[in-house]
Amino acid sequence: MPLLEITNLSFQAGPTRILDDLCLSVEAAEVHALLGTNGTGKSTLAYLIMGCEGYRPSAGEILFDGQAIHTRRIHERAQLGITMAWQEPVRFEGISVAQYLTLKNSDLDPAPYLAMVGLHPGRYLARMVDRSLSGGERKRIELASMLALHPRLAIFDEPDSGIDMLSIHDIINVIHACKENGSAVLLITHREEIAMIADRASQICRGRIVSSGSPQQVAAYYKSRQCLACATEVCADESP
Amino acid sequence: MKALDQLMQAFGAAGGDRAVLADSATAHLVADGQRILSARQVEGVEVEALETASGISAKVRVRQGMRLNNPVHLCFGVLHKKGSQHISMDVRLEKNSAASFIAHCIFPDAEEVIHAMDAVVVIEEGAEMRYAETHFHGMHGGVEAIPRAMVRVGKNGRYFGDFNLITGRVGKLEIDYTVEAGENAITELTTRVFGHGRDVIRITEKVVLAGEQAKGLIKTRVALEDEASAEITGITEGNAAGARGHVDCMEIVKDQAVASAIPVVRVTNPLAKVTHEAAIGSVDKRQLETLMVHGLSPAEAVDVIVRGILK
Repeated sequence: MPLLEITNLSFQAGPTRILDDLCLSVEAAEVHALLGTNGTGKSTLAYLIMGCEGYRPSAGEILFDGQAIHTRRIHERAQLGITMAWQEPVRFEGISVAQYLTLKNSDLDPAPYLAMVGLHPGRYLARMVDRSLSGGERKRIELASMLALHPRLAIFDEPDSGIDMLSIHDIINVIHACKENGSAVLLITHREEIAMIADRASQICRGRIVSSGSPQQVAAYYKSRQCLACATEVCADESP
Repeated sequence: MKALDQLMQAFGAAGGDRAVLADSATAHLVADGQRILSARQVEGVEVEALETASGISAKVRVRQGMRLNNPVHLCFGVLHKKGSQHISMDVRLEKNSAASFIAHCIFPDAEEVIHAMDAVVVIEEGAEMRYAETHFHGMHGGVEAIPRAMVRVGKNGRYFGDFNLITGRVGKLEIDYTVEAGENAITELTTRVFGHGRDVIRITEKVVLAGEQAKGLIKTRVALEDEASAEITGITEGNAAGARGHVDCMEIVKDQAVASAIPVVRVTNPLAKVTHEAAIGSVDKRQLETLMVHGLSPAEAVDVIVRGILK
C-alpha cells in the first residue's frame, strides 16, 4: 500500500479548475519528484495534501497510510507525519532559530540539523527567524526544520527557488538525509538535476499527471514536449 | 512577614533576582507604597530617596565618566489590594557616563491601586542610559498605571527604553513618554503589552529629533484578547538636517478586542527623514499554517506567535 495515495483529485478555484482528476502515489521512504512548468498546479497539490485553509478537494480522495485525510486540519495531518517546506517561508518576530527547530520537541538538539544545511549552529541558533535573515538563510532553516521533524512524508515545494542563494548540493544532501531517516519525499521542482535524485518522478500539466516513471524517462518526456499543452502554451497561473 | 520580604518574594516569583539586594556592588532602591524599604548607592552613583505624602521622590546621579558594570535596580510596588504610589524620579547621567537601570513594578494582589510615575531624565553629552521597566500586575486587573517621562538626550548621547507588561492583567495603562534627541544622539523606545479581559491601554510615545544626525526608533508591540482595547500613538518629529526616525507599531487582536494605531510623523527640516509602519490584525495566516505544519495546534501556534512579537 502506498504511503500517500491520491485518486481522481480535482480542485476548483472559482471558475478555474486547477487540478483535474489527478492521480499520484508515493511509497514509504520513496523520493518522488513532481515536475511541471509554472502554473500547472504543483503548489496547489502540496497545499491540498497539507490541508491549508481554502484548499479542499472538489472531488477525489487523499489517503495517507490508508486513511482519508481530507477532513483533517493541518496540525492533525502533521501529527500523522506529513509536513511541508514552503517555497517562500515566512518570518517570525521573537522566535529564535533554536526554538523554531524544536517547536514540537524541546528536548531535541537542533545543532546537527543546522550543520546539515550548511549553517554554523554557534552563529545561528540564537538568531531570530525574522527579517534579519537573508532569503537563503531562511530557506536553509526551513530545510533544517524538515530534518528535525523526522516526518513520514516531507513535501518540499520548490526547494531550489532562490537557487542563487542556496546551492543545489545542500538541497540534495537534505533530500538524501530525509530518505536515510526513513521519510518519503514529494519533491516539487522545475530543475532536472534535482529531480534526478528521485526514485520516481511524475510530470504535471494543467492539473493532471501526464507522465510517470523513472526521473530520466519523465525528464525526457518533459523535454521532448510530448505534452501538447506544455509545448504550445504557458499554463494559466494557479491561484495562491 | 516584613514588607521587604513580601515584595522580594513577589519580585522573585516574577522572575527577578533577589540576590541583587545583598550585592554591595549594585545600587538599588526598593519601595512599597509610600515607604522606602531598602536603598543602596555605589561609587559613582548617588541615590537619594525621600518618602512623600503620596509616594517616593528619588534623585539618581551617575557621575561624569562613570561607566557602571552592574545595573541599578529599582523595585516599586504596592502589596496591598488597595493603595496608591506616586513616584517622582529625577535622573541625570553626567557627561560620558553609562548606566543600565532595571525597574520592576510589582502589584501582585492589586484590586484598586494607582501607580503613577513622573520621570525627568537628562542624559548629558556622550552618556548612555538603558532603562528596562517590567510590570507585574497580578490577575485582578485592578491597577491603573500611569508612567510619564521626559527624557533629554544630549549630543552623542544614547537612550534605550524598554517597557514590558506581558504577564497578568494590565488593568488600565496610560504611558506618556517624550524623548528629545540632540545632535548625533540615538534613542530607541520599545514597548510590549499584552491586554486581556477589559484592560484599557493607551500609549503615547514621542521622539523629537532636535539635533543634526539624531536618530530615533519607536517600536510598539501590543497583543489584545477578550474585550481589551488599545490606542497607540507614536509621534516622531524630524527637526534637523540628517535626522532619521522610524515608527513601527504592530498590534495583534483576538476575540472582541479593539486596537488602533496613530503614527504621526512631522518633518520641519527638508534634510530630515521620518518613516512609519503600522500593522493591526489577527494572527498572520501563513505564520499560523507554518507552525501548524510543525504539528502545533491552532491555539499553540497563536500563543507562539503572540509571545514572539512580545518578546
